[in-house]
Amino acid sequence: MTLTVTDLTIDIDGRTVVDRLSFTVADGARFGIIGESGSGKSLTALAVLGLLPDAATASGSIRLTVDGGVEIELLGLPDRELAHIRGSAIGMVFQEPRTALNPLRRVGRQIGEPLRIHDGLSKHEANARAIELAHEVLLPDPERLLRRYPHELSGGQRQRVAIAMAIACSPSLLIADEPTTALDVTIQAEILELFDELVDTTGASLIFVTHDLAVLAEVATDVVVLSHGRAVESGPVAEVMRAPQHPVTRSLIAAARATSWSPGASR
Amino acid sequence: MIAMMTARGLSRDYHQPREGLFARPLVRPALRDVDVTVEHGEALAIIGESGSGKSTLVRLLLALDRPTAGTVEFEGRPVLPGSARSLRWLRRETGIVLQDPYASLDPRMTVGAIVAEPLEALGIPGNHRAMVTAMLLRVGLDADSVDRYPHEFSGGQRQRIALSRALVHGPRLLVGDEPLSALDVTVRAQILELLRDLRRDLGLSMILVSHDIGLVYHLCERVMVMKDGVVVESGPTLEVLENPQHPYTRQLIAAVPTLDAAPGATP
Repeated sequence: MTLTVTDLTIDIDGRTVVDRLSFTVADGARFGIIGESGSGKSLTALAVLGLLPDAATASGSIRLTVDGGVEIELLGLPDRELAHIRGSAIGMVFQEPRTALNPLRRVGRQIGEPLRIHDGLSKHEANARAIELAHEVLLPDPERLLRRYPHELSGGQRQRVAIAMAIACSPSLLIADEPTTALDVTIQAEILELFDELVDTTGASLIFVTHDLAVLAEVATDVVVLSHGRAVESGPVAEVMRAPQHPVTRSLIAAARATSWSPGASR
Repeated sequence: MIAMMTARGLSRDYHQPREGLFARPLVRPALRDVDVTVEHGEALAIIGESGSGKSTLVRLLLALDRPTAGTVEFEGRPVLPGSARSLRWLRRETGIVLQDPYASLDPRMTVGAIVAEPLEALGIPGNHRAMVTAMLLRVGLDADSVDRYPHEFSGGQRQRIALSRALVHGPRLLVGDEPLSALDVTVRAQILELLRDLRRDLGLSMILVSHDIGLVYHLCERVMVMKDGVVVESGPTLEVLENPQHPYTRQLIAAVPTLDAAPGATP
């Protein structure tokens, strides 16, 4: 799988919020999109998912090349086809699992739903697969837990359910938008580790959207830095952190250092 | 010399609905036998994750809630929940700033009216408008902010407004509950700097409740680590961060994502 974004421009109410953005997510890459509020990072992720708000217009190109060399232009694709790609080729995880889950349905059914829709599994098969998936995302006691409703789960457990839904149909690209921002730091560490393992074992590519450089450094190997809708810098994370070229990147790193702590920093 | 704030043996139980008609009501201890001392001029951090009891503790220290057991004193004077009138002296001595500057400012009031509120509520004599303007200037806002509304300001500016309101009446103790959590990293760095300056210039003592080890490291000289309503470890910040004794503190510190996680990044 390769994702190639070329000259993506998004306008909302006559305002350009993403401006001629280009980047490529290589097969198996862990790609980070970083920027502050209003930088256009979430809109970029939504554009790839075909989930831009109605008021937004997008131009440019978002090309997904799936295994076997088939190329799909995602921008302008009819909703029906996008919905199919979202559930199967591209999985997604958002910041607040509470809003991503339906409060009225047992979590097991929600994990199984994409399998019934996209893979045509029977209710029974979907349920069996949901339990397997719950094991994969390390939910405790899956048989019991899957019979519960979202509000009966902790925040970390809900995010694991959302991740299980995202990977249910074995997507080749996983898009996560601030998936750990609402979580406690020890839970965040567990979820980041889970992403790491899933990407390793499934071979899926990952697009990870975050405002947090330290989180980025933990999960991503490549990064594009956004500011006011433009890509100001991109490259391997280690490189960008070690020798930032653009003033925006430098100020992001300086601010992160001024507000964070790392072992040995005080010595 | 007598400490600014002392709490001894603070406990708080919350009663939960009974599960059956003849079942005993369940009691969940939110806080168990906690001692706190804040010296004059000191910044104390209370760190912990969701459900650790840190917010309950702050509510008790500020007489916003009644302890099940234990006592709180401010410079030797007992702090007891009661009428607004009976707590006026404590309100004069303390200011509070909360996490979300969007939620804590009334959108229908001008910034001038918002910041003047404590002056009026506490019956502080003097020219309120002049005091408000001076405070706004002190936190880095323009004097003409008084006639504008919260929605006209950015997140960082709103947190400056919230700080003005917390400090306008000249309290000696500032209590912050996750004061930086909702902010972008460059804004966090600015507000952190402002807190440091205000503390130095106004001779403030501080109690900061946070899960943010970075903030604690940069602002507080002493730290208490809470888990499940109990203080598991406390001591000078550097000592606790560099040489944590309790397993939970170690786990918490290990979970903090660091900028230097990227392979090949220089520390």
